[in-house]
Amino acid sequence: MNLFDIPPAAIVGQLMVGLINGSFYALLSLGLAIIFGLLHIVNFAHGAQYMLGAFIAWAMLEYLGLGYWWALLIVPLVTACLGMLIERTMLRRLHGLDPVYALLLTFGMALLLEGAFRLKFGATGQPYASPLEGGIRLPFAYLPAYRVWVIAASLVICLTTWWFVERTRFGAYLRAAHENPQLVRTFGIRVPLLLTLTYGLGVGLAGLGGVMAAPIYQVNPLMGSNLIVVVFAVVVIGGMGSIIGAIAAGFGLGVVEGLTRLLAPDYAGIVVFIVMLLVLAFKPAGLFGRGDL
Amino acid sequence: MSEPLLRVQDLAAWYGETQSLQRIDLEVHTGEVVCLLGRNGAGKTTTLRAIMGLLARCQGRITIGGQSALGLVPEKVARLGVAYCPEERGIFASLSVEENLLLPPVLAPGGLSVDEIYELFPNLLSRRASGGSKLSGGEQQMLAIARILRTGAKLLLLDEPTEGLAPVIVEAIGRTITQLQARGFTILMVEQNFRFASRLADRFYVIDEGCVVESGDRHVLANDTARIESLLGV
Repeated sequence: MNLFDIPPAAIVGQLMVGLINGSFYALLSLGLAIIFGLLHIVNFAHGAQYMLGAFIAWAMLEYLGLGYWWALLIVPLVTACLGMLIERTMLRRLHGLDPVYALLLTFGMALLLEGAFRLKFGATGQPYASPLEGGIRLPFAYLPAYRVWVIAASLVICLTTWWFVERTRFGAYLRAAHENPQLVRTFGIRVPLLLTLTYGLGVGLAGLGGVMAAPIYQVNPLMGSNLIVVVFAVVVIGGMGSIIGAIAAGFGLGVVEGLTRLLAPDYAGIVVFIVMLLVLAFKPAGLFGRGDL
Repeated sequence: MSEPLLRVQDLAAWYGETQSLQRIDLEVHTGEVVCLLGRNGAGKTTTLRAIMGLLARCQGRITIGGQSALGLVPEKVARLGVAYCPEERGIFASLSVEENLLLPPVLAPGGLSVDEIYELFPNLLSRRASGGSKLSGGEQQMLAIARILRTGAKLLLLDEPTEGLAPVIVEAIGRTITQLQARGFTILMVEQNFRFASRLADRFYVIDEGCVVESGDRHVLANDTARIESLLGV
């Protein structure tokens, strides 16, 4: 099929879907990158924490009558607190051991969370109404307002987080503690607290992603595990621990996936992994990786 | 004599199963420059790391400003007014020169201002926007010392500040240490460079196989050079 034979509406439509998926890839891989960068933990519970965010948003609406915008504010805080609790009570005990232990712990946590939600809610999804009706009508395409909002919000959140890590004093602590945590402690900085806050930040971003996803995908117990495999590939492509890599690879691969769906629909499901193979073969540290991890 | 700023008594320390300090006793008084001499692997760096709270397993007594410091985590030791400049300098490659300089938070009043620091190290001012890894060895050493002067720490632990540097840079570091002493800083430093140490140090300790085997003031260092050198194996 030739690109020029495709109607522009289809191209815009798939670009939109690609950017939407990319928004979630970027949000989730960003959290993973931050956690991996400082704690050296591959947070396998990230997908489950994203699912949890969506479910909390759903439950707030269902039981408390608190809508989307409240959820957007409260859910990240709740999930971040939960993350900090997990770090303090469990992950901290594994500090200094082989990182595989933390990986297994978070993997077990993901299975437990998803299993528990499946038991309670089954595998079918819970609907969550879109908070923004209507959309923008362009000459050749229609852009639903909520989707435009998700893309814009995700971009803003990603860039804010990047600015926070790369340009602020707190971010400088994080970067320094990534390089040499012991030395940073000798400056009087409480690195263990920094680790707790960082894990909380990462989990909070996952929860925020969950809220934003609720009106688009169905709120269901497996929504995280479906997504997380692709997100891990995105993190590897962007470069483990690289913030800007996670953002760029997240949006970029979303778009690549969307365009593949137009040109070669059969390959849309695997194109991300093909890119991952190529990147690993030719630039093993990832597109933006420094190779010192 | 008044209560020393730092007192280490009967200090023993282990890396895993290996005992690297057997028995270290030393004192540093306010305003002094004290030097730890000794062969490679004698336990000089380990002594500084133990004081800073960087070793998991220590025994004995360490008091800083009259407060017990043994077993404290490094961030607590820092709050007693101690700052540490490691042998490998520890300049953060992902941070710019100025970010490195401003990284350690101010914990107590009385530290140097950024302007005063740039006055002391004019090289750093011209390189403030460079990445930390772009500096020469001498500049890295200057930066490593410079960044712990802002924090209000009164006791500086300097590990081999002249290691691997050209003679002209060593001279500059020597002048800096003299200036810091004149400004009221107290300095405990590890040094391999015996000549360098003998000019700067008010007092010295020689460490061998994890024990203090010799100590004295600068006159001993000057008059008994041959014997000290034999202890150091030079």
